[in-house]
Amino acid sequence: MPLLLRCLALVCLLATNAALAQLTIEIVGGGATAIPIAIVPFRGQEGYPLSLTSVIGADLERSGRLRLIDPGGVNPRPARPEEVRFGDWTSRGADAVVVGSVGPQADGRVEVRFALLDVIKQTQLAGFTYAVLPTQLRATAHRIADVIYEKLTGDVGVFSTRIAYIAKQGSRFQLDVADADGFNPQTVVTSNEPLLSPVWSPDGTRIAYVSLENKKPVIYVQSLATGGRQVIANFRGSNSAPAWSPDSSKLAVTLSKDGGSQLYVINADGSGVQRLTNSAGIDTEANFAPDGRSILFTSDRGGSPQIYRLTLASGAIERMTYEGTYNVSPRHLPDGKGFVFVRRDGGVFNIALEDFATRQVQVLTQGTLDESPSVAPNGKLVLYASNTGGRGILAAVSSDGRVKQRLTAAAIDVREPAWGPLAK
Amino acid sequence: MNKSLFAALLALCVVACQSTPPKEEGAPVEDRTPSTGTAGATTSGTTSGGVAGTATRGGNPLKDPGSVLSKRTVYFDFDSYVVKDEYKPLIEAHARYLQANRGTRMSVQGNADERGSREYNIALGRRRADAVKKMMMLYGAGEVKIETVSFGKEKPRVEGHDEGAWAQNRRDEIIYVGID
Repeated sequence: MPLLLRCLALVCLLATNAALAQLTIEIVGGGATAIPIAIVPFRGQEGYPLSLTSVIGADLERSGRLRLIDPGGVNPRPARPEEVRFGDWTSRGADAVVVGSVGPQADGRVEVRFALLDVIKQTQLAGFTYAVLPTQLRATAHRIADVIYEKLTGDVGVFSTRIAYIAKQGSRFQLDVADADGFNPQTVVTSNEPLLSPVWSPDGTRIAYVSLENKKPVIYVQSLATGGRQVIANFRGSNSAPAWSPDSSKLAVTLSKDGGSQLYVINADGSGVQRLTNSAGIDTEANFAPDGRSILFTSDRGGSPQIYRLTLASGAIERMTYEGTYNVSPRHLPDGKGFVFVRRDGGVFNIALEDFATRQVQVLTQGTLDESPSVAPNGKLVLYASNTGGRGILAAVSSDGRVKQRLTAAAIDVREPAWGPLAK
Repeated sequence: MNKSLFAALLALCVVACQSTPPKEEGAPVEDRTPSTGTAGATTSGTTSGGVAGTATRGGNPLKDPGSVLSKRTVYFDFDSYVVKDEYKPLIEAHARYLQANRGTRMSVQGNADERGSREYNIALGRRRADAVKKMMMLYGAGEVKIETVSFGKEKPRVEGHDEGAWAQNRRDEIIYVGID
């Protein structure tokens, strides 16, 4: 059968070939109440190809919650807590200061030490020593940024997490995974047919996605460790919109095997398919609540696409959006208190956030064709697809709408972002 | 990024842009005004009337630009899967052809414009394809002869970011399996 042959030829796995789609992050707006912090270049880091404090500073600044104070002119530069003269930093307006050092160990590993000090209270907030391989310096910088962010804001840092997205180069599609700051892109799968809807398993080991390589939508699950992949749903008609259950054991999917597009749940190995909804219209884009007890989804059962909530135990269905005639792509906030979604208003499509308790809707973005929101695992940032000059780009907005960033890759169309879970 | 890689990328992009298929000539841009029943470009071939449904010695009517059967596209309004009246003669002609010609099989491929959710558009394209299939069956085509598929907004016919492009991308394409 020629179709099968074509499919075999189309897909190849590139486990080692780093993707060309390196993302560059540009901060478009910042928060007004950012905490001022000085990061003193770590003693000895000039002997290594990577400037740890540059990576840490970029992470913290990108969050919009911290603001960098120039440490220049302080001499000698402190590297240990006992070397810090707090007067140097109060005069510069810093509320916190970070010092540290990098140096070789006898076993070939690198020792990274750092301390975070509260300038106002003149106390140490955190201090760690890491022994890492030279290849792990960037990851170590992200880990340090996570510690600093958590101590100063009270929220979990997401600088050590990864993101997935679809890059389109000419007629070639690839599913890439990169660090949250866009570095270290790796291609997970390439295809000459469209790829869409990547979603991370909550345990971070697998990505489910939809590929049209079979000349129709089919759902695959791919292991990030082995690159091995499995067809999860390839029934008659469309197989689409995968969403993981919080325990990574099941997926909610949209199948059209019994007629219209309806929601089903299926085991992560493709077995045990069960129907969830029964409507005459379109039901799609399921997204599990963090507690796994309910599902948000998009349906046109009321005449226009709106967001509904299905309570799994009772089967009860409740409409969640009323404003406007196009509300789609719901994704829960990790604390379960609300959801982000795409709404159309006045001909433009934007990302909005609805609070479950108050039912208040806040529009977060100002693009014209914003879509595919994905919430950071700390709930503080929403990554989404936007475009500029007709080209697809990724953008991020803080969940209060104040901080905005753009992630672009030179000459490449980037879309369908998916934020990975916190590193376990 | 390494400069040579970047250059290679640029080159790739340029090649890709050049290889974009040209606009389909004469493809009808959607008529936003209510249909008055007058056939547009897509249905001008219906004058061949009752004989449209059978292959004639003169050639394959599927390829004859004068035959309604050469028209293979049904266009839709935004976020709609309602088949507009102006496409009924076209769908009827294809249904008759399927009925009259043993062994022919058809794929109806539903598509959406670039706006909004990719996944909702997959479902919408599905609905659009199913809507045309159902109408073909009403006109007597056998269900087993028609398969439907949705590409959502993943396979635009026209690259572009305005209503002119969107109108041409909100479409069903009728493909004869093994012939087209």
